[in-house]
Amino acid sequence: MSIQDIQEEIIDEFSMFDDWEERYQYMIDLGKDLPLIAEQYKTDANIIKGCQSKVWVHAEMNDDTIAFTADSDAIITKGIIAILIRVFSNQHPAAIIEADTNFIDQIGLKEHLSPTRANGLVSMVKQLKMYAIAYQTQLK
Amino acid sequence: MELKTMINVTKIRQDFPILQRTVNGKPLVYFDNAATSQTPKIVIDSIVDYYTNYNANIHRGVHALSQEATDAYEEARIKIQKHFNAKHSHEIIYTSGTTHSINIVANGFAALLKQGDEIIVSALEHHSNIVPWQMLCEKTGAILKVIPMNEEGELIMSEYDKLLTANTKLVFVNHISNALGTINPVKYIIDEAHKVGAAVLIDGAQACPHVKPNVQELDVDFYVASAHKICGPTGVGMLYGKEKWLNRLPPYQGGGEMIAEVSFEKTTYADLPHKFEAGTPHVSGGIAFGVALDYMNSIGFNEIAAYENELLEYATDKLLEIDGLKIYGTSKSKTSVISFNLEGIHPYDVGTILDKLGIAVRTGHHCAQPIMSFYKIPGTIRASFSFYNTKEEIDALVEGVKKAKMMLS
Repeated sequence: MSIQDIQEEIIDEFSMFDDWEERYQYMIDLGKDLPLIAEQYKTDANIIKGCQSKVWVHAEMNDDTIAFTADSDAIITKGIIAILIRVFSNQHPAAIIEADTNFIDQIGLKEHLSPTRANGLVSMVKQLKMYAIAYQTQLK
Repeated sequence: MELKTMINVTKIRQDFPILQRTVNGKPLVYFDNAATSQTPKIVIDSIVDYYTNYNANIHRGVHALSQEATDAYEEARIKIQKHFNAKHSHEIIYTSGTTHSINIVANGFAALLKQGDEIIVSALEHHSNIVPWQMLCEKTGAILKVIPMNEEGELIMSEYDKLLTANTKLVFVNHISNALGTINPVKYIIDEAHKVGAAVLIDGAQACPHVKPNVQELDVDFYVASAHKICGPTGVGMLYGKEKWLNRLPPYQGGGEMIAEVSFEKTTYADLPHKFEAGTPHVSGGIAFGVALDYMNSIGFNEIAAYENELLEYATDKLLEIDGLKIYGTSKSKTSVISFNLEGIHPYDVGTILDKLGIAVRTGHHCAQPIMSFYKIPGTIRASFSFYNTKEEIDALVEGVKKAKMMLS
């Protein structure tokens, strides 16, 4: 599935929710469900520093796609990470570099990807793209 | 519990336009007062009045507007002097806020310290009260020592006594801790420091919303505060210094206003307070600072403290009814600040849910990471109450925390 298709699928899922509480409960559940990153990659070197919640990211190249795993110590942040991983993981580096995160607006979670939000997610998206750029260079 | 208050909160709330607004469709509950207090209309009006009627550069114009602006700005300085009971108005230096004030003193002491001199700070400090002293120690070879805290979030005075030596030149402590609300025994700290000949700077940023400090009675050498925590605008604050100390310290910044005479060979500095006020100041901010102090004094600091204490007790009792809720900073001597966590839940998550409910709290380490390391936690949720808050708002907070707990556990 392309990044665009996955984003539309997520927008569809979120359109079923009536209010913020249902949206947040869904995200919290996503956060709880996913074992996102192998313990050995939860190192200080893989921490992306937000002001308040810690975010870890790990990337691996499989053939010509990148598999991302990530985690956070805050559960709502973790829920959004789960959504971002679903969108960006197992995609070709070029597609990751080009992709935007506007769909986050459409599912009512815009404030979490605001550059002023102290949760590390904006830096996380930047980091995913940095990995994509690095692997893209390797592919060439 | 009935609040037996002298304060007419309903009437006071009408003074604050922002308290009428909604957030995420809910009435705003503003409990981030320890970061920034809200601004009454009378203060906002004074800023509008300044820009509408007498905006001009001060202290050097011959024209009417400049004279009016200068008069208003200097009258405000006298209001600040009287509020803090300083001996002279030139002992009050306008600054951009507490951090700026602290940096003026730290920079000034760089010229007075030598290798082996000692500076004492407390374990309860805000980052702004740690970093300048670390920089000062790097520059001068002085040594930084720390007064430790106990589990209740109180400074251990017997340890402080041991740190004081003939080498102690400076002691820096906050009057009230921003992260925990502990009221520190500043009078004792000042008196003991003076016995070994050390100067004392008290950071009053968190104290000034709750108490009216008397700098002469405290016999403190330097006292600093920010206007934005006492119903004034952001970007303005003050440094009080005893005349003898301010005369000893070199200026912080070069520029206009701070000089007496300039030639290419030598510049002589202006007298106090202008020596520390280089450049065009925040004129409207200074004037509004004075109006904010008038406003708070019209309500009365005894009344404010009594009412806020009732809010604190009410909130503490209600919050502790929630299973798994832990309060950090349990000193008997504290102001209306509650720092807490829910067991096994990240403070950021709780803050996010509370925000969706229109409740503004602070989450994180509150720029006091050493305190968080002491308790081995990533941060806390901090609710800080002001005299314009109500018991009903505390009920909303308690319900919000319960909801957050339900959603997050």
